[in-house]
Amino acid sequence: MAEHGATVLRVCRAVVGPVDAEDAWSETFLSALRAYPDLPAGANVEAWLVTIAHRRAVDVGRARSRRPVPTETLPDRPAAHADPAARDPDLWTALQRLPTKQRQAVAYHHIAGLPFAEIAELLGNSPDAARRAAADGLKTLRRHYREAETA
Amino acid sequence: MTPNIFDGLEADDGALARLHQRLEHDAHTADVLDVAYRTIDTPVGALLLAATTAGLVRVAYDVEGHDAVLAGLADRISPRVLRAPARLDSAARQIDEYFAKRRTVFEVPVDLRLADGFRRDVIDHLRDIAYGHRESYATVAAAIGHPRAVRAVGTACAHNPLPVVIPCHRVVRSDGSTGQYVGGPLAKSTLLDLEAA
Repeated sequence: MAEHGATVLRVCRAVVGPVDAEDAWSETFLSALRAYPDLPAGANVEAWLVTIAHRRAVDVGRARSRRPVPTETLPDRPAAHADPAARDPDLWTALQRLPTKQRQAVAYHHIAGLPFAEIAELLGNSPDAARRAAADGLKTLRRHYREAETA
Repeated sequence: MTPNIFDGLEADDGALARLHQRLEHDAHTADVLDVAYRTIDTPVGALLLAATTAGLVRVAYDVEGHDAVLAGLADRISPRVLRAPARLDSAARQIDEYFAKRRTVFEVPVDLRLADGFRRDVIDHLRDIAYGHRESYATVAAAIGHPRAVRAVGTACAHNPLPVVIPCHRVVRSDGSTGQYVGGPLAKSTLLDLEAA
């Protein structure tokens, strides 16, 4: 399971941002440990972890929306937590500007490599809609990212 | 297909190490850590140590293939296997002391669920062979009431789930030669020489 830790962290970072990603990652793997004995033999562990990460990321998002303080600015955290964002702030900004479903579709397809049929199940839409969300998201991402780079 | 614009998301080792440590702690607290493991470096190579909540359940030599051993533990005990050194601190420290000739008896809780029946009888007897002493396969066979089962004693020693800690290396051939060993003949003579010195 540990071998998928890096991919899951990238997905979490893309979906919920660098600050909440570590909470989402931790809860994903803890849930996975609980549920692991029930996983059918031969199942795709990485895809399964991403589906758990999706649900945990939604939870983290809900918890965030309940917080009284607006989170437009990144809260103060130890440098280690802010590090990934500091490395490439434009990417985070571009990701945050995407509609949620596009951001999720981009992360699950382009980072985790999930097929659109599975992404559609997670997002509650059709495979075609999931494919469009990923394509639109990636297009917007490239445009904003390039603007930021050339600005 | 994956565009390189996602390079900025690349998980760094520091973050993963920190997260793993947090998971180790959370899993322990939530009681979902069925098998904890770590490796240690010793004069006989890297040893894999694994423990359940009951105690040390497996010690494995490099030549056994640590990945294969972990897969076997996932199969036989629980798939909730996690690298979690804290549970093995005491065992690791005692093994270090043993190799430094500062310890002759191991005092760690053991979980012998991987040995049953005849093999368990052999393992239980091995625990009584004191530091620096040797017994022949035939003596062990006689001691557990199966004097003709000399070869089976050899097989049981080869399947000792806790080599080093449970001293199957102290069982040698009747002619005095060291015989086979799960960690290889060199490891066996290293341990015997260490205890004889």
